[in-house]
Amino acid sequence: MSKAYSTDKLIYGGVDVGASHTKVALIDTAGHLCGHGVRKSGVNFSATAEMCLADALQMADCTTNQVAHTVSTGYGRQNVTYATESRTEIGCHAKSCYFYFPEAITVIDIGGQDNKIIKLDPHGRRISFKMNRKCAAGTGAFLEEMATRLDIPLSDMDGLARKSTETVNIGSYCTVFSATEVLKYVRQGKKVEDIIKGLFVSVIRRVLEMDALTEKVVMTGGVVAHNPYFIDLSEEQIGRGIWTPPLPQLAGAIGAALYAKANQTSDNE
Amino acid sequence: MAHEKKQLLRRLESAKELNRFMADYYYELNEAAISGKQKIAWCTSVGPAELLRGLGYLIYFPETHAAMLGATRMATDLIPTASAMGYSPEICSYLTADIGAFVKGITPLSTAFKGIASVPKPDVLVYNTNQCRDVLDWFNWYGDKFNVPVIGIQSHRSVGEITDSHIASITSQIENLVAPLEELAGRKLDMDAFQQAVTLSRECSDLWAKCLATASAKPAPLTFFDATTLMGPAVVGRGTLKAVKTYQLLLEELEERVDAGEGALVGEEKYRLYWDGMPVWGRLGMHSKMFAELNVNVIASTYCSSWIFSTLNPSDPFKSMAQAYTELFITRNDAYKERYIQTKLDLFGCDGILYHNARTCPNNTNCLYGMPQRLFAKTDIPFVTMDGDLNDLRCLSDEQTKTNIEAFIEQLEEMK
Repeated sequence: MSKAYSTDKLIYGGVDVGASHTKVALIDTAGHLCGHGVRKSGVNFSATAEMCLADALQMADCTTNQVAHTVSTGYGRQNVTYATESRTEIGCHAKSCYFYFPEAITVIDIGGQDNKIIKLDPHGRRISFKMNRKCAAGTGAFLEEMATRLDIPLSDMDGLARKSTETVNIGSYCTVFSATEVLKYVRQGKKVEDIIKGLFVSVIRRVLEMDALTEKVVMTGGVVAHNPYFIDLSEEQIGRGIWTPPLPQLAGAIGAALYAKANQTSDNE
Repeated sequence: MAHEKKQLLRRLESAKELNRFMADYYYELNEAAISGKQKIAWCTSVGPAELLRGLGYLIYFPETHAAMLGATRMATDLIPTASAMGYSPEICSYLTADIGAFVKGITPLSTAFKGIASVPKPDVLVYNTNQCRDVLDWFNWYGDKFNVPVIGIQSHRSVGEITDSHIASITSQIENLVAPLEELAGRKLDMDAFQQAVTLSRECSDLWAKCLATASAKPAPLTFFDATTLMGPAVVGRGTLKAVKTYQLLLEELEERVDAGEGALVGEEKYRLYWDGMPVWGRLGMHSKMFAELNVNVIASTYCSSWIFSTLNPSDPFKSMAQAYTELFITRNDAYKERYIQTKLDLFGCDGILYHNARTCPNNTNCLYGMPQRLFAKTDIPFVTMDGDLNDLRCLSDEQTKTNIEAFIEQLEEMK
């Protein structure tokens, strides 16, 4: 990330305290990302948000005094002491995706704890949204659980899935039942690569059954950020292209920063 | 100095009168159960209460008791007891909580009303399956436990146009209850008392309907969350003069509020929502506060309107009861339900609909067969669905509910 921004410039902050990770995005008055920070949320959301801000400020070569306004989002949005306003992550993901794709779109966010499908009209207004049901199937938490069971690092999943030559079918709604299915394939001697691809496809199917996709599809969230193969597999499932913003894991934080900027500049696009 | 809490909602003075009504109602039942001076019938919430009054029974409604278990947040700890006995946590959490409470010898009546030790023992259990099949399973368990008869009415489901044959079959089923109920009561049906009960039930229903209709005023003088508790006398007291008098007082206060332009929310009523499905009893306070903080009033519902029986007619009591209990929302097909909700949306000027997907109550959940999408196509009124349950708090996530609702209100703001 370039540090070409003048220190006397005003910047706007967005903080997304998710169940898994906390993300901070800093944008300039033109809406360009000038700094960001990502850390595991841990058990002290306030402290993590502070540390992410420090990381982002360092990257942007800015000081706290330059942050004109900050909006928080995510499950821990109320814990961000330096934010003056909060918005839901649904609104922030929508705001961010429309910034990058200003047309009618369907946003699919696959987060650590939940998924969202958000539909926007050509003016960026939300027409509808859906969150996943109460189970973990179809979320990042599901993949984390499965990585643990397969005894492989989460970061290896994307690379392994790409090596798959045969997709195994994992069809259950339930994380516990899915784990049993995985055990069955392990017992049958199926390759780990094939099982992981099966898990990816399972998550995608759980997400796609949440709602009909009618417009251009944009995917966000940590799962697609760290597993880009997800996009390829999702495209296969829906039979058309899928777009992502430049940093999908930061979509919520950037959306929050855009809200911060809009509130300060009467910029309500 | 103590932190001063911001008042979000205006309380209704007449709610105190309704609380007194409920206390008197349970004390009367308790006294009868102890003295044995008056027979007690347990009845489903939309069972043939008027007939039972005509036969001199006092009536106890297990569904109301189960709702109390929910509202006091006792239910979640009691459901596993019933589950261990073979009653799945996937079925009605009124049933599982109530049976669990009985097995454990627990009742919220003891805390609410000093001196009451237990639910009143029944002499007979009378059901109507217009609510669901679960009520029959529920009553059969108690029938076995108390060794008393379980009799009732098997209602039609998914009724579109109500035909003469629907009415004839329900009428004859109600008429067939008379002989066994007379035998158990040791007295003949008093037609005057029966007709009087139908008259009072209709008056109670009409007054309750008027109370709910005041919410069409802007701002609305009451919330859905108020109504879920204010409806107590309409459920347990229909057919009595006391219930009628109680609602006269409530209506008077609500109309005064409307005339004064005073809403139930202290703050501005920016958005008006329709609630479809059951309330989350253990979250009434939390939900009413959450909506009030967002300047949202949930002003109308399917649920609270379920005790409006506008066709009750004392000159033809059996047939009019059959009509009233068949034309209920819950027994009808989706085409009827959609028209019904659409009418309410227009009448109350709703900006959005919240569908409560109650995990253990599919009969009172209307978002599982595409209705939200069909109604949206017809009305352009946005909707949100909320996963939860009437009694089992293990079926909901407060955080997810909050995010869902806040995001929905953000959406309404954007669409303005």
